[in-house]
Amino acid sequence: MRNQLATESLFALSHQGRRGARFPASDVPEKPLDELIPKSALSTEPTGLPEVTESDVIRHFVNLSTLNMCVDTHFYPLGSCTMKYNPKRHERLAGLPGIVDLHPYQHTADLQGMLELLYETQEMLAEISGLPAVSIQPAAGAQGEFTALLTAKAYFEARGEKRTKVLFPNSAHGTNPASAAIAGFDCVQLASSKEGLVDLEDLKAHLDDQTAVFMVTNPNTLGLFEKDIKQIAQMVHDAGGLVYIDGANMNAILGYTRPGDFGGDMMHYNVHKTFTGPHGAGGPGSGPIAVRDFLADFLPGPVIKYNSAENEYTLENPPKSIGRVRTFYGNIGILVRGYCYLRTLGAEGLKAVSENAVLNANYLKAILKDVLPVPNGDLCMHEFVASASKTKAENGISAMDIAKRLLDFGFHAPTVYFPLVVPEAIMVEPTETESKETLDAFAETLRNILQEDPEFLHQAPHSTAISRPDEVIAARNPILKCCAPQ
Amino acid sequence: MTYLFNTPDQQQEMLQTIGVDSLEALFSTIPSELRLNRPLDMHPALTEMELQAHVTKLAEKNVGPGSRVCMLGGGAYDHFIPAAVDEIARRGEFYTAYTPYQAEASQGSLQTFFEFQSLICQLTGMDVSNASLYEGGTCVSEAAFMAMRVTNRHDRVVLLGSLHPEYRQVVETYLKHLNCEVVIVPCENGCVDPAEVEAAMNDQTACLVIQHPNFFGTLEEAEQLTEIAHKYGALSVVSYDPISLGILKRPGDYGADIAIAEGQSLGTPLQFGGPYLGLFSCSQKFVRRMPGRLIGETVDRKGNRCYVLNLQAREQHIRRDKATSNICSNQGLIAIRAAVYLSLLGKQGVREVAELSCQKAHYAADQLSQIEGIDLLFNDRPFFKEFALSCSEGSDFLLRKAREAGFDLGPELSRFEYNNGSERYQTGVLVAITEQRTREEIDRLVMALKA
Repeated sequence: MRNQLATESLFALSHQGRRGARFPASDVPEKPLDELIPKSALSTEPTGLPEVTESDVIRHFVNLSTLNMCVDTHFYPLGSCTMKYNPKRHERLAGLPGIVDLHPYQHTADLQGMLELLYETQEMLAEISGLPAVSIQPAAGAQGEFTALLTAKAYFEARGEKRTKVLFPNSAHGTNPASAAIAGFDCVQLASSKEGLVDLEDLKAHLDDQTAVFMVTNPNTLGLFEKDIKQIAQMVHDAGGLVYIDGANMNAILGYTRPGDFGGDMMHYNVHKTFTGPHGAGGPGSGPIAVRDFLADFLPGPVIKYNSAENEYTLENPPKSIGRVRTFYGNIGILVRGYCYLRTLGAEGLKAVSENAVLNANYLKAILKDVLPVPNGDLCMHEFVASASKTKAENGISAMDIAKRLLDFGFHAPTVYFPLVVPEAIMVEPTETESKETLDAFAETLRNILQEDPEFLHQAPHSTAISRPDEVIAARNPILKCCAPQ
Repeated sequence: MTYLFNTPDQQQEMLQTIGVDSLEALFSTIPSELRLNRPLDMHPALTEMELQAHVTKLAEKNVGPGSRVCMLGGGAYDHFIPAAVDEIARRGEFYTAYTPYQAEASQGSLQTFFEFQSLICQLTGMDVSNASLYEGGTCVSEAAFMAMRVTNRHDRVVLLGSLHPEYRQVVETYLKHLNCEVVIVPCENGCVDPAEVEAAMNDQTACLVIQHPNFFGTLEEAEQLTEIAHKYGALSVVSYDPISLGILKRPGDYGADIAIAEGQSLGTPLQFGGPYLGLFSCSQKFVRRMPGRLIGETVDRKGNRCYVLNLQAREQHIRRDKATSNICSNQGLIAIRAAVYLSLLGKQGVREVAELSCQKAHYAADQLSQIEGIDLLFNDRPFFKEFALSCSEGSDFLLRKAREAGFDLGPELSRFEYNNGSERYQTGVLVAITEQRTREEIDRLVMALKA
């Protein structure tokens, strides 16, 4: 049960002279600080950090944590986010001595176990994608996109081509255009077809010798497989461009089809989604990319190589590397968890993941379709995008109202108002780690909600610690920190 | 099957409801010629017991601090992590939650990030902090992008040659293809000459990036360099060591416009280089130009104080190609670790860690430089907790001898490429001393190197 007093404010707990951590006295002969460091560089007053005890800290943050919904406590069908169960074995193994305490600049002879693990991860990511060359460096999906786009740019430049445009459908994640812009490309947004797929005519109209990359999420953000993807890839390739697959939705197709087999030249994974990272309240993620062999020389360095003659793993920079996109080698802690997941499931297990993710999504869609219609597609993949526009028109109940009211019944809200192409969008991704019983309960709750008084729903949620924060006030006069302790 | 719920009976029932006759049929929208008609080529699945044995074996092939004393630096440091940090970070309520988009279901994360922002402001003396970026290197490129937006100068940034070489490489990767000139001020003697910095600046320069203490551990004239940046209408971007602010002047004290850092030292294990924590703070006047998530205080419909993701109109999911950054995630869980760490240590604890590291590093530098053939590479420069040694027998010799005695030093400076770098760098080895190192360890290293 939450202790309201304890969650008031960390700074309000501060009392002069309290300590939460103590350190041993110095065991070396000490000198006055200003003999070691010029006085002009030394601070004249201490920082304004609070003074609290260890038990203050624990009570404060433990109580705060109880204000969250999370996968460990609730069904969390947040579309596009793949909120699957996070296995506890991963936490134990990623924390093992010899894994968690390795310094990035240790001698590679002392890192052979870690490099073997990461090399095998590269190999598995290559196999699952059908794209042979992997960089584990990107810190998250968005950085994976950026890295791949620079890789493509370097490839074209090496061929003496100057291509300036990146194309993507209007259902794309916001990171696609944002990454393209930072990589220095002009962004061209394409229309979607009536079916919610890439509009081939519009694509054709925009493809030319300036097209560098077509970015597409497949399955797309409506939860639909781009059935014409092979033809799309062919069109892009004929125009001399490359196809980028945003791998956010890989959970739907593991072992069934591979980006490399359906025409993709580059892709990123979201290890924190598909391979159960976990999400960590917003990160850290991990966004390794996989590319075709002709792009391998341009990848950021270092990559991990295996020298079978010497039975040795090494760190090497690709010959025409675009350079580094971050310090060190990648979000290793997350990749270790991904490795554990892949080794636990194996080929058969991964395929079963996708089968059950797709089964759960289609089942939930089927039992909800009379109240929450899904405008696009007959069968969906791992998620579906329903629309609340009917109930919005009939009795004013919006997607937001439904999302907020679900919280009262112990269900995390689905993603709402994304993708932008569906009005009153409700994007539901149940994942494979939920039972039929949970899905039935969720559907029944949703039906009940739609019978409730719309006025009551506009005020929802009613049982949470807070309800409907005022974002306008927050933005008008931003308060971004608490006041300093006295 | 591991982690799955539905039994074959249930699957059949569900398929019937959907109106298809097999699991395979659910994938009918994938054209058959695109299907993978073989199993993925992977190792056989492992049970938890087998996996643990396997990963343990891999871990045992590595040599870590269990059998080696870590004196490695170069942007990642072996500071002590109190148990309470792990305790909070291991709470499922935090690590299995998503980005706090639904405020009502995420007040725990939101308030924690709000307090994280507050703690970083207190530590740095800056006005506002975001809720974190990826890590120290990308912070530099994000700061450069922000400086370009603020100054409306898009063609030129100046970096000190004493910036971490990997940070510099990241900036070059991000900026060079945009035809932005990345100017490096030479660093000959372990820190830059302010006159040379002044010579490199002009009125088209968006920012001056200073690392203080710098990559070699040496202190820069951060205050004077900030004044030089301002003289040319450029922003002063300071990359600091968060622990150093226990004793050193804070970036906010001397007028830095943007303060960034690698925050790994604040309670995050080394874990082979990531995930780490990008700290990013700036002056109030630039708040709407910042990259990354910001948490703000507001009230709910009943007037209760609460927290929300704020100023989201800067971000990629709203602004798309016009966003201030493409970043979507932050380092939520690592920011939580830092918040707990800074809360536990408080103003006294951070000062103690800084002082202990500084005192012990100076003791180590004194002792090591008395060994014949070993010198401080930059012997007249003040430093904080890290310093460069040179060895007459070469850096490989020094590293090997230390390793044989059970000590990891480094990185060796020859590991990196330098623009306009001194020849002397080829012989140098960095040594970082944190509060965890003891006199006994330092003396033992000295004995071993003398032998």
